[in-house]
Amino acid sequence: MKRPYFHVRNARLRFSLLLHRQSLSILIGLLLATFAVFVLSTGTGQVSISPLRVLNVLFGAGTAQDTLIVHSLRLPRTVIAVMIGVSLAMSGAILQGIVRNPLASPDVIGITGGASVAAVLFLTKLEGVSIQLLPIAALLGAVLVTALLYLLSWKNGITPLRLVLIGVGLNAATNSLTTLMTVMSPIYLTARAVTWMAGSVYGTNWKVVLYLLPWLVIFLPLAMIFGRSLNAQQLGDEVATGIGHPVQKHRVLLLLISVSLAGAAVAAGGAIGFVGLLAPHIGRKLVGPSMGILLPVSGLVGALIVLLADWVARTAFAPLDLPVGIFTAAVGAPFFIYLLYTNRNR
Amino acid sequence: MTVLLQKNQSKLGGLLLLLLLVIAGMFASILWGVVDTSWQGLLQTYTHFTGTQEQLVIQQIRVPRALIATAIGASLGVSGVLMQVLMRNPLADPGVFGVNAGASFFVVVAITLFSMTSLTEIAWVAFLGAAVSGGIVYTLGSLGRDGLTPMKLTIAGAAMAALFSSWMHGLLIVNERAMEDVLFWIAGSVSGRKLELLTSVLPYLAVGWIGSILLTGQLNILSSGDDIAKGLGQKTWLIKLLSALCVVLLAGGSVAVAGPVGFIGLVIPHFARALVGLNLRWVMLYAMLLGALFVLTADIAARFVAMPKEVPLGVMTALLGVPFFVYVARKGVTRS
Repeated sequence: MKRPYFHVRNARLRFSLLLHRQSLSILIGLLLATFAVFVLSTGTGQVSISPLRVLNVLFGAGTAQDTLIVHSLRLPRTVIAVMIGVSLAMSGAILQGIVRNPLASPDVIGITGGASVAAVLFLTKLEGVSIQLLPIAALLGAVLVTALLYLLSWKNGITPLRLVLIGVGLNAATNSLTTLMTVMSPIYLTARAVTWMAGSVYGTNWKVVLYLLPWLVIFLPLAMIFGRSLNAQQLGDEVATGIGHPVQKHRVLLLLISVSLAGAAVAAGGAIGFVGLLAPHIGRKLVGPSMGILLPVSGLVGALIVLLADWVARTAFAPLDLPVGIFTAAVGAPFFIYLLYTNRNR
Repeated sequence: MTVLLQKNQSKLGGLLLLLLLVIAGMFASILWGVVDTSWQGLLQTYTHFTGTQEQLVIQQIRVPRALIATAIGASLGVSGVLMQVLMRNPLADPGVFGVNAGASFFVVVAITLFSMTSLTEIAWVAFLGAAVSGGIVYTLGSLGRDGLTPMKLTIAGAAMAALFSSWMHGLLIVNERAMEDVLFWIAGSVSGRKLELLTSVLPYLAVGWIGSILLTGQLNILSSGDDIAKGLGQKTWLIKLLSALCVVLLAGGSVAVAGPVGFIGLVIPHFARALVGLNLRWVMLYAMLLGALFVLTADIAARFVAMPKEVPLGVMTALLGVPFFVYVARKGVTRS
């Protein structure tokens, strides 16, 4: 009988990987599913393009008209959706690992809120400045709020309860700040800010893809490398320290990675809610709690969620192009309630 | 806990002093602002009204504003006390319950989808939204064996708020014209509200106030624990239900008039308890006056922070309240 897992190891590089065959096939299945939805979504719109023709365009053999539509209109949007989904989902998975609470997610504890404040401030107060700097502003906001959160929850260490409660409080503060800024600015700027806040990938172009890309290239591998130390942290701080893990050091590092991913995603797509909460849960149901495989699987699930939500938001109420955030929230909130229900006796 | 006012006489004295402060606050609210008005003007508005600009400002803008601020401050303070006793949770607050988010969402639906414009109609919609959302969060938070825990409540409230706010933003994008009409409301403010708006919900607020004060004796017993209260012959479910009803009347009425104004219900009871201890008979009265004073002060401050524009009241109270929330959360919520 075949063993249910296999391993890859290199002693000199101090590298080892243990993979379950089943998890691997789930990963591959998800990849295929994501790609399928990606192609289908790219093909749907005012001008319908069959999946085969989309594939042709992707491999450089499409007609001129198809290529134009796909390349300049459709593709940036689907690509961004995938990137945002992956970032938010991985960020959520790491955060849930850090606070050891399945209900934590960047949007509940104020990280997304911080990014929103900074972004709205940028949109309403720095009107002339290049939009390219928006992600940096959003990221700064996210980092600032997280630093504040960490500082305020620190009292001989961090307890998950305190982190979540104070996070919710900070979230309220950031919400009121964004309200303040939207009320105090001229209405045309407010309209821009509100659109941004609802979470939308409407009207994205390759520039957005390009400025989001570096963050993913840097932080996704880092997440994969350090994410594994979360496995030890799940055992509790004492045990993790006992088996030689620098718990507090890794915790700060992981929080930084999580925040950077969430901040970058928010910068590109606005506050797309509940993805960071939803995706890791589905991931855990599929492959279990081991971070090495959970992170990529959650990432793919996240990509799938945002792709699907955007597909529906774009086409179901055509010609209205609704923000994707409405649909992720519509799916996410009931799921959240279900989670509360299943965790009710914990 | 060290209580500032120990003797009954000093508690009574404190109450009178607070009452004077609230009255002073109301006058300050009428006299100070972008246009300063005078005592004589105020007096003449109600003795011989001639319709000068100053008199119109006083009659149409300042007096309603001061009265509304006082009423919602008192209501939110009292509803905070009720909630914290009911939940045995120092972080309970109508805002944490998603009351504000629910009311905002319902109002946006009413304005964008049903093109409602009259403030009175909107007030009722807000009332409904507050009750619905409060009910949902209460139910969700009390699922499970150990009933209502601070953690579950806070998270359920946050989730419902996130859901409502994302739907609200969605509606606003689809219907951009409505945005301008709605924004002033969802920010929470006591300015630009007509006196009729207050008088139409005043009966409900009054029932809430009187009900809460009448309930204090029973609530004192209830706060020593369900088992003890039952042992003493109290119908605990009835008391809880009546208190919850008062909360809906008070918080819903306030949201209906002023829009979402958060954190007053959280902050005020703590101050009241620090002043007079745990006896709810005193706490309730103090919370009423302290709440009114807090909102009056915050509203006056809101006029001057960013002259000549006004900061929405809801933003002011949130910015004042969040540090306090963090402080209480740090101190520990497991202690009842």
